[in-house]
Amino acid sequence: MTAAWASLNGMTLLAILAMASISYGLRISGVFLAGRLNLKGRMRAAFDAIPPAVLTAVVAPTLFATGPAETVAGALTILAATRLPLIGTIAVGVVSVVLARAVFG
Amino acid sequence: MTSKTPLEEFKDGLSDLWPALVAAAPIALLFGTMAQSKGLSVLEVGLFSALVFAGGAQLAAIELWSTPVPLFALMASTFLINARYLLMSASFAPKVTHFSWPQRLISFHVFADENWALAERRARTQRIAFAYFGGMGLLFIINWTAFSVVGALVGPFLGDPRRFGADFAFIAIFIGLIAGLVATRSSFFVVLASAAGATLAYIALGTPWHVLIGALCGIAAAAIAHGDKP
Repeated sequence: MTAAWASLNGMTLLAILAMASISYGLRISGVFLAGRLNLKGRMRAAFDAIPPAVLTAVVAPTLFATGPAETVAGALTILAATRLPLIGTIAVGVVSVVLARAVFG
Repeated sequence: MTSKTPLEEFKDGLSDLWPALVAAAPIALLFGTMAQSKGLSVLEVGLFSALVFAGGAQLAAIELWSTPVPLFALMASTFLINARYLLMSASFAPKVTHFSWPQRLISFHVFADENWALAERRARTQRIAFAYFGGMGLLFIINWTAFSVVGALVGPFLGDPRRFGADFAFIAIFIGLIAGLVATRSSFFVVLASAAGATLAYIALGTPWHVLIGALCGIAAAAIAHGDKP
């Protein structure tokens, strides 16, 4: 029997390998694209918008469609993010969600 | 100009990278803890961090993780979040054409936001040595993988991470990263459009559709806000 710490699930491994291939593919393709990729205008703006658009899409349902505790904590965290470094924002988020969950149950 | 030995290049890398190593450690700990709470084993967490090695994509994947594993959503989310690497590596590759092919193939696996930004800055004044860039990458991936594994090991003793609000630390990191990216009025529109699209998609269709639909709404907003400027 395999120890629990070393267990490997087939689907989990497949997902990790798929994500690893995509990540490496994107990293190495710049080497081959260098000098050939010439994004301009609208395409460039759309490409540049990818990181904030994706990060926002991941967290929005937790903030706006989960419960009042998450919404309140989210508002405080957004406020913190405009004023504090990343580590401070994390601290505010964690503390405010624990308190908000205690209040809203 | 005197040329430096590989050891000196490596030490330069360490002195540039150390703040990023410290900042990444708690994020890796949380990744490991959360991944463990979603049922991943310690070995799986270690492989995850060493093979994927992308903080944002890994945090998003664990946020999306469920049983059965939503393979397509994980791949789509990873592609969208890591699409920036394409531009970053296209910008950096011309600065390391003196690397041998094995050196390039290795050093572009350990290519991340922080060591990339540091190397781009150094490239303005000096040649990038493999000992510098590869060394930083090696330190960064070991740091990330080791703290992920520690998170997976101590996770079971911490109990439900929700008690400590650890699940919300992900959300807070993402909010902090988004705030760092929102510098212009058009990026503010991107965030608004993406948040609205993702929330509506989540209510109407559920997970994982909110990621793709929200992201496309934000990307479309950027293209529209850009107008017909060159």
